[in-house]
Amino acid sequence: MILENLELFEVFVRSKRGLDHKHVGSLHAEDHEQALEYARDVYTRRSEGVSLWVVKSRDICASQEDDSDCFFDPSDDKPYRHATYYPLPKEVGNM
Amino acid sequence: MSDKSLNNDIITYATRLGDDAVVLGHRVSEWVSYGPFLEEDIALGNVALDLIGRARMFYTYAAELEDKGRTEDDFAFMRTEREYQNHLINELPRGNFANTIIRQLMVDVFNQHYLEQLRHSKDETLAAIAEKGIKETRYHLRRSRHWTLRLGDGTEESHQKIQQALEDVWGFTHELFEQDELELRLAEQGIAVKAADLKDQWLKDVTAILEEATLKLPQEEWAVRGGREGYHTEYLGQMLAMMQSVHRAYPGCQW
Repeated sequence: MILENLELFEVFVRSKRGLDHKHVGSLHAEDHEQALEYARDVYTRRSEGVSLWVVKSRDICASQEDDSDCFFDPSDDKPYRHATYYPLPKEVGNM
Repeated sequence: MSDKSLNNDIITYATRLGDDAVVLGHRVSEWVSYGPFLEEDIALGNVALDLIGRARMFYTYAAELEDKGRTEDDFAFMRTEREYQNHLINELPRGNFANTIIRQLMVDVFNQHYLEQLRHSKDETLAAIAEKGIKETRYHLRRSRHWTLRLGDGTEESHQKIQQALEDVWGFTHELFEQDELELRLAEQGIAVKAADLKDQWLKDVTAILEEATLKLPQEEWAVRGGREGYHTEYLGQMLAMMQSVHRAYPGCQW
């Protein structure tokens, strides 16, 4: 088995029913099926999950560090996008 | 039959099932840190732990029935090769990865049917251990089946190696379906599994997987037996020497 033949997969675990799948790490495997089995063996040994997703790492399109300025900074100065920006009428009470 | 002799029969039976599990568990554990890559290394470690955990349950039950103050550790670490009564297939060296996978496939298919039956044992403890074990074994089988397909239908070299591994292990599979008086007595009372009844289904399942993996069912007629009587291959003694050395050097040691 040559490691270069293996694909990198990202692993997502749902810890309880009703919760989201959370990214927990990555692993090497030959295909999706094997990746699921290894995800089970590597990331759920201590009852961490009730459901697993595996995704080929290369299928994930990620934002780049260079894009940070134009992607994320502009939202820093727009407080009106937060609900807390708006005063609530007294009658509404606590939401 | 008296209660005492029935009790003794069950002690022996539980011990044998514990022996099968601990010996195979130890063999699989020998891969830890030598696995072909990290993920498979951890997966093999999990399988080994499942089997060793199963052995602990069988031994603990045998010790309880015996009621002489012995523990699971005494069963695992203080018995000699001649006292071990595991099926020989479990003690064969781990060999190369193909040897390990094909042995595992043979045993996993067997265990799947065996534990399925043992779940209905009239002995509640044996039934409960089987209930837990069957889930683990289904997963083990999933793995050994996938690896058999991958290696059998993989490269020329992997095909050749796993075909050879299959030829090498085949003669050790027959013993799985043979039982002595003691086990047949227990089977008649609905306590033990009647292994001979499982052979047809086992062969059907194994044949289907091997065909899918483009492997040939061995035609050679040879069989090695003796495990349940305490007659072993040369490998078990060496394995036990390794497995038992710490406990024998430091009796009762814990960490």
